[in-house]
Amino acid sequence: MTGRFTTKRPHRRPPIAILVMAIIAVAVLALPLVGLLQRTPWSSLGTTLGETATLEALRVSVVVSLLAAGVSVVLGLPLAWVLARLSFRGRALVRAVVLLPMVLPPVVGGIALFFALGRRGLVGRALHNWFGLDTLIGTTAGAVIAAAFVSMPFFVITAEAGLRQLDSRLESAASTLGAGRWTVLRRITLPLLAPSLAAGATLSWARALGEFGATITFAGNHPGRTRTLPLAIAQANEAGQPEAAIAMSVLLIGVSLLILIGLRHRWIAPRARQPEGSPETSPS
Amino acid sequence: MSIQAEIHAAAGGFSIHAELNAPTGSCTAIVGPNGAGKTTLIHALAGLIPLRQGKVVLAGQVVDDSAQGIHLPPDRRPIALHSQHNLLFPHLSVVDNVAFGPRCSGLGTRLARQQAEGWLHKLGLADLAHLRPAQLSGGQAQRVGLARAAACQPEVLLLDESLASLDAETRTDVRHLLADIQATRVLITHDPVETRVLADQLLVMEGGEIVQAGTPEAVAADPRTPWTAGLLDINLLAGHAAGTEVALDCGLSLTTATPMTGPVLVTFSPAAVTLSTAQPHTSARNTWESEVARIQPEGDRVRVLLGAPAPCHVWVTPQAASELGLSAGSRCWAALKATELTVRDA
Repeated sequence: MTGRFTTKRPHRRPPIAILVMAIIAVAVLALPLVGLLQRTPWSSLGTTLGETATLEALRVSVVVSLLAAGVSVVLGLPLAWVLARLSFRGRALVRAVVLLPMVLPPVVGGIALFFALGRRGLVGRALHNWFGLDTLIGTTAGAVIAAAFVSMPFFVITAEAGLRQLDSRLESAASTLGAGRWTVLRRITLPLLAPSLAAGATLSWARALGEFGATITFAGNHPGRTRTLPLAIAQANEAGQPEAAIAMSVLLIGVSLLILIGLRHRWIAPRARQPEGSPETSPS
Repeated sequence: MSIQAEIHAAAGGFSIHAELNAPTGSCTAIVGPNGAGKTTLIHALAGLIPLRQGKVVLAGQVVDDSAQGIHLPPDRRPIALHSQHNLLFPHLSVVDNVAFGPRCSGLGTRLARQQAEGWLHKLGLADLAHLRPAQLSGGQAQRVGLARAAACQPEVLLLDESLASLDAETRTDVRHLLADIQATRVLITHDPVETRVLADQLLVMEGGEIVQAGTPEAVAADPRTPWTAGLLDINLLAGHAAGTEVALDCGLSLTTATPMTGPVLVTFSPAAVTLSTAQPHTSARNTWESEVARIQPEGDRVRVLLGAPAPCHVWVTPQAASELGLSAGSRCWAALKATELTVRDA
């Protein structure tokens, strides 16, 4: 890199207007962060983050987000397979419903979860009556469900895209060499899918880590159980402790940035892949 | 019979109907223009596509029977398939690709690798064992794919243009290997020499149907469709070369322009041979007196099948055929220039 802007086509200068707009876009997205970092009390950052309440929120966040990502993988992978490999009536509808939490305000998700899984909810009442399972509200399990609700679509969409890109002729080839269904899955499909699965799992974990609306609406804001970092940040901000809020925000931003940088080729700007062999469909 | 198949199948809006019977250990070659349904037929045998109707018995095992609703998946058939696209597993090394079949048959990792290395060695690929498929050339990938299929040690080996991207020299080696394999083989090919050297039986497929079946020699001597005639329009004789002299297995000796030693295949175009009633005095290095086995007008030319000593076919014009008084059982002289002969390692 020479430090100047270069385009893929040589000897063509990028249009100034486009550059200006792009710079403005970056500014809109980055300025709030700069504002935050500029107000960050760097010297006392360590002490603020070391406080018991902060550490507790961090612990809840880590536990809840990892469990939510786990749930997303375990349930999301079969779902992605069904969406990618089976054709059935209403598949478009199922996919739309599955992806809905990505565009829904999380608070709506929280309210919906409340009416489904709350003590008087559709499923919640059944859980209570049949299994004696009391309400999930106010428990870490509830927070995990809320986080999984908003983060699973990220895993499903990534895994489904991976499955669709996968050359299914490789799976057929494995079967003609004597591999049964499970062997094909274990030795061919999953290893080839691993990059997509890792990207999807990381992405859904990152989304779960930042989850706020559905959690506070459905699971509540209970320290040590459901109060994750985002909830603790909002709490501190409202309680007139901007230093603590800023410190925890910086922590979240740092973690999220690391995740996104780590994923940059998998999700944000996937490198063009060279397909192996030409996809031929002629019957001969 | 290792293969007894009656297949009605459809793939991609295209349907085929074919019958195929092959004795244990035999080699069946399938030829046909692009889009004739050859790959569909092989995929139906492999179980990759279901039959609409019909029955397939492989090595005594009923693997498909539409009447009884039997359709075994590929992994439960005694087959291995090598496709022209190779389809090597990109995440496995070359040796693990080849070891895949043995592993599936229940062998431990170490034994499976050992077997795989044996096959790689046979195909001259031992040095590539630890490379990834992406690092191979087209010809290397094709040999690895072939090794991977052969390593399954199947009863029936299905080969879809398996030698297509090999250079002449490797091709000969691989052909020898294929000839030595015990499995009943079914191979799709576009190479007339391959059909003659490898196949016991030749099937010609056009438009989803088998239009001709027989020994490669019989089909070459009497092709039923213009496409078949075009593909097989070549004479092939086996012999032993010493310098530019080739002693053919049929007894005749030919002079060639390319010095070689050892077993060779000599090919020449049927249009390169001139016929005459008396011994010709020409610059042609090769002349011999021959029996005329059959005369067969085809379109605006006449196919003359010569018998002993060197069975081959020759194109002449109808005028020439009548002037020479050619008829079955008559005798004539054949002349063939040394430069018209192509000689290659057998």
